[in-house]
Amino acid sequence: MIWGAVIAASVACYGLKLAGLSLPQHWLQEARLQRTIPLIPIALLAALVATQTFSTGQHLVLDVRAAALVVAVIAVMLRAPFLVVVAAAAATAALLRLI
Amino acid sequence: MGIAIASGAYAISFGAISTAAGLSLLQTGALSILMFTGASQFAMVGVIGAGGSVWTGAATAALLGSRNALYGLRLSSLLNARGWRRPAASHFVIDETTAMAIARDDPALSRFAFWSTGLALFSLWNLGTLIGALATHVVSNPRLLGLDAAPPAAFLALLAPRLRAREPLAIALAAGVVAIAVLPFVPAGVPLLIVALLVALFGWLRKP
Repeated sequence: MIWGAVIAASVACYGLKLAGLSLPQHWLQEARLQRTIPLIPIALLAALVATQTFSTGQHLVLDVRAAALVVAVIAVMLRAPFLVVVAAAAATAALLRLI
Repeated sequence: MGIAIASGAYAISFGAISTAAGLSLLQTGALSILMFTGASQFAMVGVIGAGGSVWTGAATAALLGSRNALYGLRLSSLLNARGWRRPAASHFVIDETTAMAIARDDPALSRFAFWSTGLALFSLWNLGTLIGALATHVVSNPRLLGLDAAPPAAFLALLAPRLRAREPLAIALAAGVVAIAVLPFVPAGVPLLIVALLVALFGWLRKP
């Protein structure tokens, strides 16, 4: 099951890249498409942050991950490198669980 | 080169998160080799790790990959890739290579920047993935290392550079609220698809 999804999603992602290089320019130059596509990653990434911080399965929960997110927000605002942001959040959650 | 090293570090966290989400070493490596677009890879393993269906994860990854089509559009005249070069170049059409290529004034320099960035990134991205995955593979309980708190931080770090104006910030906040609001009522991962649909409608219907 995981393999099927891995291959399907990889093919889809590759197809999108190939389409950009191959399709007639005017197809993708449609103004509404140009405005809409950049909004999708913003909304999806924000939704991923929210759901992966405040839920387990279908249940809303408030646990150490919320504190970890606060630390990550601070790290991002300080323009810390990617790995530092992720490591700071993970370390926060790990330390709070130890206490 | 700096950008490739930074992405190698970023790949380490991908390898770690993917393995902690329950993907095997081979599956994690396959994503970095075959999908090779960071945000989509993180989303796919993030959804699976949170208990969502693997197909919801795949759909989310594909939706996040849609922006690469726009990058390809911007790059196609610069690269002028024909014959076997086009399918090869396509694999490297991602945020970083696009940024490096369009920053050059001369098409020859653009092409050089695109291919050199692409090759360096692809190598370090896969090396980083392997290191992260192997390191996490030996850990029995990823929660003890706080690895369940790592994906949201990774998504936040990917999101932050896109929030430099008021409208994207408002969209991000609204997307987070909507996702949380519908979460108790639909299977895991589906809130992401609902949010994607709503933002696509918003982008399509609003006045320029």
